[in-house]
Order: sequence, then C-alpha cells, then structure tokens
Amino acid sequence: MDYSSIFSYMYTEIALIGVIVATLIFDLIAGRRGRRFFQPVACVLMLLFVAGTIVPYHRETTEIFGGMYVYDPAYGIVKSILAIGTLIVFLQADSWLRREDTSFKRGEFYVLTLSTLLGMDFMISAGHFIMFFIGLELASVPMACLVAFDKYRQNSAEAGAKYILSALFSSGLMLYGISFLYGTAGTLYFDDMTARIDGSALQIMAMTFFFAGLGFKLSLVPFHLWTADTYQGAPTAVTSYLSVISKGAAAFTLMVILVKVFAPMTQYWQLMLQIVIILSITVANVFAIRQKNLKRFLAFSSISQAGYIMLAVISGTPYGMTSLIFYVLVYMAANLAAFGVIATVEQNSGGKVEMDDYNGLYGTNPKLALTMTLALFSLAGIPPFAGFFSKFFIFAAAFEKGFHVLVFIALINTVISLYYYLLVVKAMFISKSDSPIAAFRSDSGTRISLALCLAGVLALGIASSVFDGIGMFTFGL
Amino acid sequence: MNILSLFPAIPAVMMLGLWISRNIRQIHAVMVSGSSLLLALAIYLVFSYLGMRADGQTAAMLFTDSHVWYAPLNIHYAVGVDGISVAMLLLSAIIVFTGTFASWKMTEGVKEYFLWFCLLSVGVFGFFVSVDLFTMFMFYEVALIPMYLLIGVWGTGRKEYSAMKLTLMLMGGSALILIGILGIYFGSGATTMNVMEIAALHNIPIQMQRIWFPIVFVGFGVLGALFPFHTWSPDGHASAPTAVSMLHAGVLMKLGGYGCFRIAMFLLPDAAQELSWIFIILTTISVVYGAFSACVQTDLKYINAYSSVSHCGLVLFAILMMNTTATTGAVLQMLSHGLMTALFFALIGMIYGRTHTRDIRELSGLMKVMPFLSVCYVIAGLANLGLPGLSGFVAEMTIFNGAFMENDTFHRTVTVIACTSIVITAVYILRLIGKILYGTCTNPEHLKLTDATWDERLAVVVLIVAIGGLGLSPLWMSDMITESVIPMISHILN
Repeated sequence: MDYSSIFSYMYTEIALIGVIVATLIFDLIAGRRGRRFFQPVACVLMLLFVAGTIVPYHRETTEIFGGMYVYDPAYGIVKSILAIGTLIVFLQADSWLRREDTSFKRGEFYVLTLSTLLGMDFMISAGHFIMFFIGLELASVPMACLVAFDKYRQNSAEAGAKYILSALFSSGLMLYGISFLYGTAGTLYFDDMTARIDGSALQIMAMTFFFAGLGFKLSLVPFHLWTADTYQGAPTAVTSYLSVISKGAAAFTLMVILVKVFAPMTQYWQLMLQIVIILSITVANVFAIRQKNLKRFLAFSSISQAGYIMLAVISGTPYGMTSLIFYVLVYMAANLAAFGVIATVEQNSGGKVEMDDYNGLYGTNPKLALTMTLALFSLAGIPPFAGFFSKFFIFAAAFEKGFHVLVFIALINTVISLYYYLLVVKAMFISKSDSPIAAFRSDSGTRISLALCLAGVLALGIASSVFDGIGMFTFGL
Repeated sequence: MNILSLFPAIPAVMMLGLWISRNIRQIHAVMVSGSSLLLALAIYLVFSYLGMRADGQTAAMLFTDSHVWYAPLNIHYAVGVDGISVAMLLLSAIIVFTGTFASWKMTEGVKEYFLWFCLLSVGVFGFFVSVDLFTMFMFYEVALIPMYLLIGVWGTGRKEYSAMKLTLMLMGGSALILIGILGIYFGSGATTMNVMEIAALHNIPIQMQRIWFPIVFVGFGVLGALFPFHTWSPDGHASAPTAVSMLHAGVLMKLGGYGCFRIAMFLLPDAAQELSWIFIILTTISVVYGAFSACVQTDLKYINAYSSVSHCGLVLFAILMMNTTATTGAVLQMLSHGLMTALFFALIGMIYGRTHTRDIRELSGLMKVMPFLSVCYVIAGLANLGLPGLSGFVAEMTIFNGAFMENDTFHRTVTVIACTSIVITAVYILRLIGKILYGTCTNPEHLKLTDATWDERLAVVVLIVAIGGLGLSPLWMSDMITESVIPMISHILN
C-alpha cells in the first residue's frame, strides 16, 4: 500500500489532529475579544469532524504500519460516539469557562480535551501493546491538567493530584504486566500474542496487572478509590467528560483486548470479571445511597454503571460488543444530561451541588428538573427511556453465556440504584424548600446540549435503527 | 394501524395534548375526549371480538399484528388479544374514564398529574395488548414508575415513605420477572419472544422450569399482592390520590394476576403443576389474612386496601387451581374486583374530600348528609361481600365452584379455608357501613356537607352500571373468557 491509502485508514485521527491544530491557531490569533467565540468555533469544528467521520469509510478490518494500528469499522463507530460526547461537553462548558478566572485559558481546555480524545482514539485502534500504552498516556496526562483546571480551588488541585498519582500508579502496574507478557510471549503484537498465550501462572499475573491498570481508568471496585474525590473536585464539565468519554473508551478497549488477545485465557478473565462486577455494582450502590453531594453521588453511580458495562464484556460475543457500544452511547446521553443540569445549576446558583439544594427545583426550574429526572430514569433503566433497552441488552448478552447468578445480582442492584436515583427525584419534585434555587435561564449551549441528550434518552431505545446500525459493524470481534 | 395499537397510542397522544394545554379547561377537554375515546374503543373491541368469534375464527389470538423491533433478540412489537385481554382492556378503559372524573376537582399541578396518569395508562393498555415478552415487560415497567411521582407529589399521609416502598417492591418484582423472561427466552432455544410461539414450542427443560416458575410467579405476584409480598399495597393505596388508587387497585394489581397466568403458568406449565401447592398455600393466607386485617383497620382506605389483598389473593388462588371453571372465575374476579374497588376508592376519595378524615371513628350518620354517596357506598359494599345480582357474587361463586372440583384433600381443605373469607368480608363491610353511614351524625361540621356533584355522580354511576351489568348478565362475559381459558388450561395440563 502506498502512503496515501495507508493514511486513509487513519482518517479519524488525522482529522482530529486537524481540529486540534485549528483550535490552537485560533487560540493564537483570536486575542482577548475573539476568545469569546471560542465555544462556537470549537463546536463547529467538532461538528464538522463528527459529520465527516460518523460513517466508516472502509468496511473491512485492516492493519497498517505492520500491525501497529488496526482499522475496524466498529472502532470507527466508537470513536464517533466519543466525539459526539465531546461535542456535548463543549456545548456545556462555556458557562463555566466564561468565568473570570478561567476565561483567559479557554483555548487550553479545548486543546487538552481534544488531546485526550486523540489518545483514546489511538488506544482503541492499537494493535500493539506499546501503541496502546502511548494512547492511554496521551489520554491520561492532559486529563490530569483538566481535573486541576480550577487550580485556585483547593479541591480541584487536590483532585488533580489524586488523579495523576493513581493514573501513574495504574500505568506502572500495567507496564509491569505488559513486560511479563513480553517475557513469556516474546511479542507485543496483539495478533501474534494470542497464539502464544497458554495460561501459565506468569501470564495470569500479567493479565491481572494489565486488567488492574485499565480497572483504574474504568474505576471498577477495588480500583475506584480516587473516583469520588476526583469527580467532586474537578470542574463539572471535566467530570462529565471523565465519567463518560474516558470510561467508554477504556471499556471498549478492554473488551477488545480481553476477547482478542486473551482468548485462550477466557475462563480466567471471566472469573476475574465476575468478582469485579459483583463488587463494583454492589459496593458503588451501597456508597451512593449515602452521598449528599451530587457530583460524588454521580461518581458512585458511574462506578456501578461501569460494572454493568462489564456485563457486556464478559459475554465476549459480537452481540455483546454491540450492546456495549449501545450501552456507552445511551449512558453518555443520560449522564451528560445529568451533569449538564448539575453544571448549569452550579454556575447559576453560586456553586450549589448538594442534594438538599435541589429541594423544590421543579417549582422554580421545571424544565431542568424534568431533564434531570428523565436522565436519572434512563440511568436506572426505566422504560420507555433508552437506559432500559441498553440494560436489557447487556443482561441478555451475559445471560446468554450462562452467567445467570451474575445477572440476577446485577438485577437486584438495579432496584437499589433506583432507590438512590429516586432520592434525587424526590428532592426535586416532592421535598419542600424555604429557599429553592431561583429560576434562571441557562446559556444556549447548555440548552442545545440538554436537548440533544434528551432526544437521545427518549429516542435511542424506541428507534431500533441505532442498535441495528451498530450491530452491522461489530462482526470483527 | 391495528386497532390494538390504538390503546397505548391514545394515552400517548393525550400526553402530547396535555403538554400543549394552557389551562384547566383544555386539560379537562383532552382528558375527557381521550378517555371517552378509549372507552368507546374498548366497547367496540368487545363487540367486534365477539363478532369474529361468532364468525368462527378459532385462532387463540385475534387482531394480531407483529413488527420486528430488535432482530438480534427476536424482539417484536407484537399485539393480539384473546377473551381474557379483551375483558381486561374493557376494565382498564372504564377505570381510566371514571378516574378522570374522580380527579375533576384537582387543583394543584393538574397538568403534570394527568401527564403521569396518561403514562400509567400507556403502560397498562400496552401490557394487555402485547403478546411479546419484551414488549409486555416494557409496558409493565412503564406502568409502575409514574406511581412514584403520583403518590409522592399528590398523595396524602406518609406519602414519601409509601411511594418509595411501593416503587422499590414492585421494581424488585420486575427484576425477578426480567430474569425469568431471559430464562424463558434462552431456555426455549432463543428463537422467539412471542408468548404464543414459546407456548407452542413447549421445549423448556423441566429443571429450568423449576427455577424460573417460582421466580416469575413471585415477580408478578408482588403486584398481585401475594403474601408475604403484599405489604406495599396498604400503604401505597392509602397514600395515593383517589384516581391513582382506583387505577392501581382496579387495574395495576390485575397486571400481576394476568402475568402470573399468561407468563408464569402458561409458559412454564410443568413446573406450574409441580409447584402450585406452595403458592396455593401462600394465596390462601393472602385471602384469609387480608380479610382479617381489614376487620381491624380504622382508616377507610386501609380497609379497602386489605380487602384488595384478600380479593386479589383469590384471583391467584383460582388460577392455581388450574381448571377452566376456577380460572374463568379468576378473570371474572379481576373484572369484578377492579370495578368495585375502583368504586370504593372513588367514594372514599369523595367522602374524604368533604370530611377531611378517613378515620371511621370520626364518621357517622353520613346517610342523611350525603344520601347519594352513601347509597353507592352500600352498593359497593354489597358487591364486595358477594351479594347475588352484583358482580362479586358471580366471580366468587365461579371460583369456589371451580376450586371445589379438585377433589383431593389438599385442594378441598384450602378451598374451605379460603371460603371463610366471604364471611369475614361480610363482617368488615357491614361493620363499616353501620358505623359510618347509619346512626346519628355526631359531628356538627359534617351536617353542612353537600352531596355528590355531577362529575362524581357520572364516575360512580358508570361503575355501578358496570358492576350491576356484570352481576345480572354474566354469561356473555364468562363465555368469552371461558372460550379463551380452555386452550390455555389444556396446554398447562398437558
């Protein structure tokens, strides 16, 4: 293949680099006045990027650069979903970035966020462990800067420190595991690795370390300890990005690597995942009940959601992968809607994020309260909202492979999760408050993003075409 | 568009109409036109169903329609009705119609209230018209979740506690149903989600049936107030606003019995035969325990809620007898209980709206103050205790007749025990009527109260006509039900 056709398989990454460069140049030439238009510019660029890459150009799986980079239409779908999520985060970010202490570094926010997205794209398309690791680091390091973006706020800086330390630790663990893999298999290419994996003790350890490294990114129990503090301390736009985009990318990659590379060790990782799923869902649910801060609350909710996503991973089937991608998409719509409401309330009420602050929100801001409610219902898996369908599909995926007890435990946990989601609904609709959050009008970006998310929550499940569309491309597993 | 799809579609359109309504007149206009349309459609459905049967159509399900929804799991949007579902649809339409009028005087958050009310109706109607496991389950859950807000926001008393308890217990039940559905689907070879097709395959191994039958039965049983999972019901009904109690006790609890029969027993017949004795014991406890509990309550709504536990227990009791007569009785009982409990809750709501108390110790002599409501209350009570000529008699007579046909000692014994509930029902109903309606009115404030207004009269009269109609000429209804019950029972027994 000549270079032009090789690069044509990397169209997503190349286009994204183009977007990053354009953003950087705009930051340089815009000046103080021009930066006010940063959000529209970034959003238009992202919109063009999404529109240009949403349909996979090639229909077959292809390896380029000697197997370092793998192109697969299913990967393309995931990358587009992540890009749509990023676009929604950008739409929600401006009310926060407009503040005086952050307005001069708007450009940095967009560039850093896009860099992490680029890292995730490379991570997803990796065909080699080093490539994978570089992508992961490219996604993690700018993320730490983003978490500590409000550096004058103590808990933001603290969250950044916690994030970078745990990210480094997990990267170290993962590298250690990868070195074992290299030692036992003599290769780091995914394709060659599968044939040389025999389930020896050293390889089990290697896989466990590798899994632990990704477990940190996914914040699965027992690797979840950084999550709540980081989510609480980070600026809300960053938290929503962290909870959805980075989690979705990590979950998808984990599935690909476990199913493709570690196929000979399926029984081991299935056992490991079973334990982790039960722990993640149960522990996170129990802790979520006690949270009063909504960002911490959603942190625990996202830990348990990650546990549900793992149900799709454990199935290891193409259908499971379809369900995983669909779950991530639906989760993205619901979680970004919830975080969008939290962000706009926080910006317009002087930083109110406690659950008690939301008492009587329906009386003053009915649309926001309704958006939040629908988002939470979707997260809890209530029909006719999309979350019901995505949950049903991952349950079916795991059940098909015989994990009956596991699915049962997960189902019982959905009832517990419903309890704490309803607590928020209760605060907004039922509880009375002497000083409810005053009525306000959100900025247009937030309103557009919430409308997009709500459309997703309402339509993704009932219209089966999205699920079918994803299903057309997951044959490669 | 298939006529059956209109049933869930109309409330959905009503929701849109409510969304754009600006004042209470428009809201009422949307609700009245929509619910009248539903009632008319249900009556039309009954006649055209009977007409098609008279023309010799023998398929188990009529008006069927099926569209692929999610192909990888063989999920279809599939609808179809037999005699049982037609009866249930008629019941639901009557309750939604009367519920609208029973909420006529609502003043706070009317729009939102009716929005959730319509969402609830979408779920109820969708459940009864569906024949696809997934679609049924989806509509089932759609019907549950609005209850939380309806009770939590518009309820009375310990509403937050009751709403949460009700929602969590019912969702716990639906978690059991979900895993049972997956078990049935994959156990039958993962080829179809259609209830009739799974039943025709009849290939779920008995070992798996033994696991899934109790799970699914309990899952639906929670909603059918199966002892010991009935505890959400008294609190929930007592706290709910009038129309929600009506719809919930009148229709939603029937979803439980319907699901137990249509999904648990029909699709897992071998295990149903083996394990029915466990649930027969539990339902016998429901029947007697519910009746005794009603005797000692002092809150009107609690009395009726426990009475519902008793009567809904009788529904489950009857279907577990697994013979045609008892099961026909069960469906009649669902109809009859749905109508009379809705009437009860409507009347209680009207009395409470005037006296602002539901405590029977503070009420007396209401017959002189509000004769219309009181007479209707007496009629509801008599229907409840099974007076011939009213619907309760027909249903209970058929049930106990059918139950007694099972001539082994165990079935005979439980039937005799369950029969005692008739006497106990008479005790609490007559005590109640004597206490609050007769005697002298001791509270001078109550003497100033007025009788029913036109909207209330309309709701009550429609229900009484239905109760009387079912009681006086039950045969057309019971024939329609029996016709559909026979093939299902013979499937379960073979």
